Amino acid sequence: MDVVLIHVLNSLLYASVLFLIAGGLSLIYGVMRIVNLAHGNLYAFGAFVTAWAVGIVAAGASVPVWLALLPAGALAAAILGAILEPTLLRPFYKRAEEYQLLCTFGLLMILEDVLRFIWGPYPLSASALFESFGSLSVGESIYPTYNFLVIGVGAAAAIFLWAFIYRTKFGVVLRATSQNMRMASALGVNVNRVYVEAFTLGCFMAGLGGAIIVPSQSAVLGMGVDALVLAFIVVVIGGLGSLEGALVGALIVGIVREVGITWFAEIELAVLYLIAALVLLVRPAGLFGRP
Amino acid sequence: MSVAPPGPRPAVSSARALRMAAPIAVALALVPLVLPPYSSILLAYGLVMAIGALGFNLLLGYTGLLSFGHSAYFGVGAYAVALMVKYLKVTSMELFLVGAIVASIMITALFGVVCVRYTTIFFGILTLALSQVLWSLAFKFFWVTGGTDGLRVPTPSLFGGLVTGAGDKITFMSHAYYYYVLIMFCLCVALMWVIVNSPFGMALQAIRDNETRARFVGVRIWPYRWVAFLVSGVFTGLAGALWVPLNGLTTPDIMHWTFSGEIVFMTVLGGFRSFAGPIVGAVVFNYLKTYAVGYTVYWQLLLGVVLVALVLSLPTGIVGTAGRLLARFQGRS
Repeated sequence: MDVVLIHVLNSLLYASVLFLIAGGLSLIYGVMRIVNLAHGNLYAFGAFVTAWAVGIVAAGASVPVWLALLPAGALAAAILGAILEPTLLRPFYKRAEEYQLLCTFGLLMILEDVLRFIWGPYPLSASALFESFGSLSVGESIYPTYNFLVIGVGAAAAIFLWAFIYRTKFGVVLRATSQNMRMASALGVNVNRVYVEAFTLGCFMAGLGGAIIVPSQSAVLGMGVDALVLAFIVVVIGGLGSLEGALVGALIVGIVREVGITWFAEIELAVLYLIAALVLLVRPAGLFGRP
Repeated sequence: MSVAPPGPRPAVSSARALRMAAPIAVALALVPLVLPPYSSILLAYGLVMAIGALGFNLLLGYTGLLSFGHSAYFGVGAYAVALMVKYLKVTSMELFLVGAIVASIMITALFGVVCVRYTTIFFGILTLALSQVLWSLAFKFFWVTGGTDGLRVPTPSLFGGLVTGAGDKITFMSHAYYYYVLIMFCLCVALMWVIVNSPFGMALQAIRDNETRARFVGVRIWPYRWVAFLVSGVFTGLAGALWVPLNGLTTPDIMHWTFSGEIVFMTVLGGFRSFAGPIVGAVVFNYLKTYAVGYTVYWQLLLGVVLVALVLSLPTGIVGTAGRLLARFQGRS
């Protein structure tokens, strides 16, 4: 029974981080109709910034200081997003999707090397924070306490985002823009501003995903590209542009990954991609997407 | 319905195209005689990639489908060869090519059935996801594929054993194999020219320009797209098969989706609205990447900046821009 519980916790852990990444990707697509191939790099950027802040800048500090520095990665990713959207992406909205994909692919290559340039080719770790939390006993097994924090942040982000989008004025504007950009614009919505805000929020989520997972792993080059492909699976299963879909997709992928790593490690990734392909075959717009 | 996208290609007759291509083919044939071996091996890589990009562009330029999964077919070709070496002890290049074509037909036929039902972004993501399936299999089944170590492929024998790779490998690669690649390249270019100018190619362009109207005049969309997908994948698979003896090793890297991105990059660099675009783009990209990698560890940054600048300012690529400049120049004189 304890083993099952540990598996469930691990699935939730994966799902939390995946939701943050894929939710941001989906939000950006939902509002701006752009698939940001560099989204994974913003997640990696968040991870690197937090690992740098916690592991190097405040290496000797205490746990509260580290916790206070944890969101640094998310904020840095948000700032980066707020700079990138108006400068690089805005010229592409009126052009064919091919160009948008290519531009963000170029951005992916650039950001990958910017990380290498700033922090060098070696992994960056913030494991002191992870270790300072110790572990809890779950029945007869033990489980790292820090992972509960990650799951908690993931759940809180989902609730916060839901409230933000369905219960605030900004959410109404966001949904209106997402449904019909021209009409929203005609009604006096400043579409450019909404786009910057949505993109920044999406990047913030990706950065937060990187920031909260980095103490239990480390920040390595290439983590963004790997994460992006998993996030793609999540949004394809859940439906591109749907936050509910991102949540359900993240849970499905989290569970399949956890089960896969335990029982069919060789074909774990293949199974995930096949699930995504099957979902697309049956429901082209994903489980929650609008066609 | 929206207006069809601009840019119907200037109609070039086959005779005129042949007159333009012949001097280039002769120049390419002279390369190993006048330039050092390194140059011709580098150019051979470029020509191999050109075959792959040419195949890719049948989808992007002529059918209007952006695939982000062409690394899979390139990898299928390469791994088909490597597995033939490993399990069947084959050394004949012709058998390699046949094996790679058969393997890529099987994979693209299967993937195509799934993918061609979608367009735009969903087509891109689906092809990406499926290519990652193959990548993860090549990556994880190390007892078959060698995992990240990859599989070694020795020098093959060409033309049914008439030319063997005995002796100096550099000489073989820069002369015999270079000419082999060049011949295959010319055949592929000629074949693709015939395909895109056939009624089938015209139908694809009709689908690209306006799917609804194409259906209205009686073009069956899915079968046409499926065949285009198949042909496109087989060209790229053939490129993979030609690439692997040149490289001597195949690793899962060539199946990763970032390699698909490079194929897209080369095609856009050359210009996907023209027939010669992907060829020029692949050769130029090959030089660009080789020198960028040699010049700095931050070569990705360099290439990324080039790509962003390219899509921002020169969306028609090298060939499109050159053609426009040429037309302006001719108009003035």
